[in-house]
Amino acid sequence: MTAPKISLRGVTKSFGAKKVLTGIDLDIAQGESMVVIGGSGSGKSVLLKCILGLMHPDSGSIRIDGQEVVDLNDRGRARVMKKFGMLFQGGALFDSLRVWENVAFGPIQSDGMEPDKAREVAIAKLGAVGLGPEIGDLFPSELSGGMQKRVALARAIAREPEIIFFDEPTTGLDPIMADVINELIVKSVSDLGATAISITHDMASARKIGHRIGMLFDGKLIWQGPVGEIDRSGNAHVEQFIHGRADGPIKMQVRKL
Amino acid sequence: MSVPLITILGRMTLALLATIGAVTTFSVQAVRQAVQPPYYRRQILRQMLEIGYYSLPVVGLTAIFTGMVLALQSYTGFARFSAESAIPNVVVVSLTRELGPVLAGLMVAGRVGAAMAAEIGTMRVTEQIDALSTLSTDPFKYLVAPRLLAGIVTLPLLVLVADIIGVLGGYVVSVYKLEFNDAAYLRNTLDFLQFQDVLSGLVKAAVFGFLITLMGCYHGYTSKGGAQGVGAATTNAVVSASILILTFNYFITEAFFAR
Repeated sequence: MTAPKISLRGVTKSFGAKKVLTGIDLDIAQGESMVVIGGSGSGKSVLLKCILGLMHPDSGSIRIDGQEVVDLNDRGRARVMKKFGMLFQGGALFDSLRVWENVAFGPIQSDGMEPDKAREVAIAKLGAVGLGPEIGDLFPSELSGGMQKRVALARAIAREPEIIFFDEPTTGLDPIMADVINELIVKSVSDLGATAISITHDMASARKIGHRIGMLFDGKLIWQGPVGEIDRSGNAHVEQFIHGRADGPIKMQVRKL
Repeated sequence: MSVPLITILGRMTLALLATIGAVTTFSVQAVRQAVQPPYYRRQILRQMLEIGYYSLPVVGLTAIFTGMVLALQSYTGFARFSAESAIPNVVVVSLTRELGPVLAGLMVAGRVGAAMAAEIGTMRVTEQIDALSTLSTDPFKYLVAPRLLAGIVTLPLLVLVADIIGVLGGYVVSVYKLEFNDAAYLRNTLDFLQFQDVLSGLVKAAVFGFLITLMGCYHGYTSKGGAQGVGAATTNAVVSASILILTFNYFITEAFFAR
């Protein structure tokens, strides 16, 4: 059996007294698209940031291609980061740079590509997400939310990463644009043969982009399985979440007026 | 129930020590990244332009009016005991040793320190700094180091220009309003000025440049929350840089001139 591309064992993370992750075990195979669902504040973003190395877990092991990455030094971290691409929830485009410079940022700054060549790569990647070359000379603030998401996706795939992370890729978009983004994600991941890990609470998006879904609740992955099995999970928490019911085992912390 | 005074003092001391520790750690990491290659030359030049060139009007205006007022005030004071001839000396020494670097530092802290904290703070809360990391770019090297280097190099140049403009302000008032002889004024200025006066001012400027950019970067980098967090970072950057400028000004003066 081949080793998983990403492997987590007993990952915990707390902020003061608040325990956000209480022991995450997760394996993601090469080329697999894993979607982690869960309510707001369930620790999805923290999980993603721990894998990316943007946060340090309190305990546990995170392996990428079999290599432990939790306590890497700067050089080792930079090497691992080259395998990653990330689509941030708000796009996180650099607003002082033009669109093409955003997309070409990784190739120029990290891979040392010449700007002229990187511009060609950026225009090609913009084309891959359905944007024309004329968009390249605009600034991010001149684009709509959907276009910013596409540019962010182009930036995430510009260095042809082995692993792509998607943080709430459809949040804030209308249903049609959300579906366009979902299709672009599926196509990009499949074209690159990349491994993907996404976090979302949008079930339509989860069903479309995921091969496997896991649900995060109370700091633990309480259920995981193939996307086709989520409707017969037999887990009351999952049932409540995917049907968006207020009544069920998940209680929202809402103060009465 | 009221909290005992000793508890409040204890908390404040711990908070102060924690802040000093955090700023020191940040400074060490920033300096380490600033001296190690690769250098983002385009970023350094952009910051030099931002800190130096775009601050010229405000620093120039501050300097010229300071020089003019200094000449006027010195005249009204010195005329009482017929010491008007000391005006060129007072103007040039005050400007090069103290007023040039301190006023330029305070003006740049208000203009550049605030803008840096706001820009980096916005990048923090919109995840742009995390995005840099995911693109294998060290945020310290890309954002902080170029600003520090630009601050250390550019502020002395800015202060040198401010010194010249300030002396010019004093000259204009002395010659055209107080009817000094122009050649004598310039000769007095140059004769009395010592290299150490200018050097101490430039050393102060380099230190102030470091402090302003460090505070702008630190408060921006560590800002939390949304717009409110960025606003607080901006205020803290200006206030802390201003206090540090005035504090370090004393110690540098003591190092240069105390007997």
